[in-house]
Amino acid sequence: MTFPLFAEVFLKGILTGLVYGLMALGLSVIFGVVRVVNFAHGEFAVLAMYAAFVLFGLYKVDPIIASVPVAFAFFLIGYGLQRTIVQPFVTRPQHEQFILLVGLALVLVNAMLMVFGPESRQVDLPYSLDTWMIGPLMIDKVRVYGALAALVVTAALFAFFRFTLTGTAIRAAADNLVGAAVVGLDVKKLYALSFGVGLACVGAAGSIMTALTDMTPMLAPSYTLLAFTIVIVGGLGSMAGALGGGLLIGAAEAVASAAISPSMKSMVSFGLLVIVLALRPQGLFGKAES
Amino acid sequence: MTTRGWVALSLAAAALVAAPFVVDRYLLSILLLCLIGAYLGQAWNILMGFCGLLSLGHALYLGLGAYTGAILFVKFGVGPWLGVFAAMAVAVAAASALGWLGFRFRIEGVYFSLLTIAFAEVARIGFDNWSFAGGAAGFFLPVASEAQAQWFNLRGGPYFFYYLALALAAGALALSAFLRASKLGHAWLAVREDPAAARALGVNATRVRFFALFISSAMTAVGGVYLAFWSNNLFPAQIFDMSRSIDLILAPIVGGVGTLFGPIVGAFLLVPLGEALIDILRALGLNAPGAKALVYGALLMIIIAATPNGLWPWIARKLKLEGRGA
Repeated sequence: MTFPLFAEVFLKGILTGLVYGLMALGLSVIFGVVRVVNFAHGEFAVLAMYAAFVLFGLYKVDPIIASVPVAFAFFLIGYGLQRTIVQPFVTRPQHEQFILLVGLALVLVNAMLMVFGPESRQVDLPYSLDTWMIGPLMIDKVRVYGALAALVVTAALFAFFRFTLTGTAIRAAADNLVGAAVVGLDVKKLYALSFGVGLACVGAAGSIMTALTDMTPMLAPSYTLLAFTIVIVGGLGSMAGALGGGLLIGAAEAVASAAISPSMKSMVSFGLLVIVLALRPQGLFGKAES
Repeated sequence: MTTRGWVALSLAAAALVAAPFVVDRYLLSILLLCLIGAYLGQAWNILMGFCGLLSLGHALYLGLGAYTGAILFVKFGVGPWLGVFAAMAVAVAAASALGWLGFRFRIEGVYFSLLTIAFAEVARIGFDNWSFAGGAAGFFLPVASEAQAQWFNLRGGPYFFYYLALALAAGALALSAFLRASKLGHAWLAVREDPAAARALGVNATRVRFFALFISSAMTAVGGVYLAFWSNNLFPAQIFDMSRSIDLILAPIVGGVGTLFGPIVGAFLLVPLGEALIDILRALGLNAPGAKALVYGALLMIIIAATPNGLWPWIARKLKLEGRGA
């Protein structure tokens, strides 16, 4: 592989990786606060893709713009889901949470299969094929827009957790649950907010992804695995880790599919996962548990 | 177990032995799937229920066992009764790698679970690209007619495979009961409940975890050999798939993790439920692809929400099948 080609592929991977990172961020926020692994994460990502697809089909809304209403709707879904179904499972063993969310994943993916069918769909944006030339490098416009949108959403999220009272309260609940309850925080409500924020991330990421790639319901499990890989590489529960992991996995997969073969790309990210687990089990950006 | 429990177990065993003389072939095939589900559930339950290690990638051992048995038979002429030992060895080797990584580097809880998924996925992609084993296009065993049934090559009719499944399920139940009462079984429970306290009492936690992983993976590999010779075809996208790992652990979780009869109860509930759903939905005119899995997923959520520790503890209490402390 020549250097310009490598640079081009690498850059493409980084840009896609930002969107992956946003998706994984949702998983990380939910696990970091509620301590439940969302095994239906990829299913929600694909659901968001179809939501953006429908919005584009009906009202010609650009999927990158659509990430705002989709994220808002997903926030409400997440909030309601935590309040009704997930909350009773917070104190139950991990394998029972797993069954609950796998059941939810089955419902989601098969509902999409029944409504939209198994064939792959895509949206044709007027600028889908536009590119910029930077020196010898050719860069897709749509990927740059998508990455920028993902960055904006991520920055908003960081600001929310850092500067707002609610965000601070959520971090307090994640750090010390008993302490948070003692000072009078409504932990159940904070959990519901966190699940909502987590799903809003997937909603935005899925919507942006609609501009970059085709969708089929069958993709859902592989997105779940992708999100897992990213957050473990970055550090489960770490926000910066999800983003860093997204960049790393995005770049690694892009280079692997260009250099070896597309079918080997997940092999490379699983290889990275194993190496990271062996060297730093808490992830690249995670804090070691005391 | 109470006297009532023993009577119930004997009646159930007698019914299963007599079943082939009573039921038709379709029902027999469903019973066979229940028994295999119960067998694989027992294997997983030893690791999770007894030792507290949540594996979400047991399809790894199932697939390795299936492929090892099938490849040895087709490519090297080694019969399955011998091949099954090789299958167990391969599965245990993979489990050693996983265990080494997991236990050596203290990868615990949810990280361990996700590591098991990663291992299964690596195997799936590997076999997808391994042309010697057929790659993604699959690996096939020659189909034998019932007339040339050769039991020594695991070639036989539905009755043969049914009784083999019954023997496997019964054997797994006996082995689980034996292990749970053994010294190793008590060490597992100690490590499951509190690894630090178990270590303080002189239990080598890493060692007993390795034992659980070895026994569980070897048993699952035996199930893989059975499935390979029963179905005669293997596809990496099926046998190594995440959904296979999920299927395999649903029965013991729904039935009751850590109990002896939970995996059996779970399998005998879920397999017929899945089959009945097809008929019910067809009768309702809902035979769109996906409808069955959708309802199945919703039922899973309801079952797990309604029965916190699984069905078996509840059934045993209601019917007074188990004594106190069992």
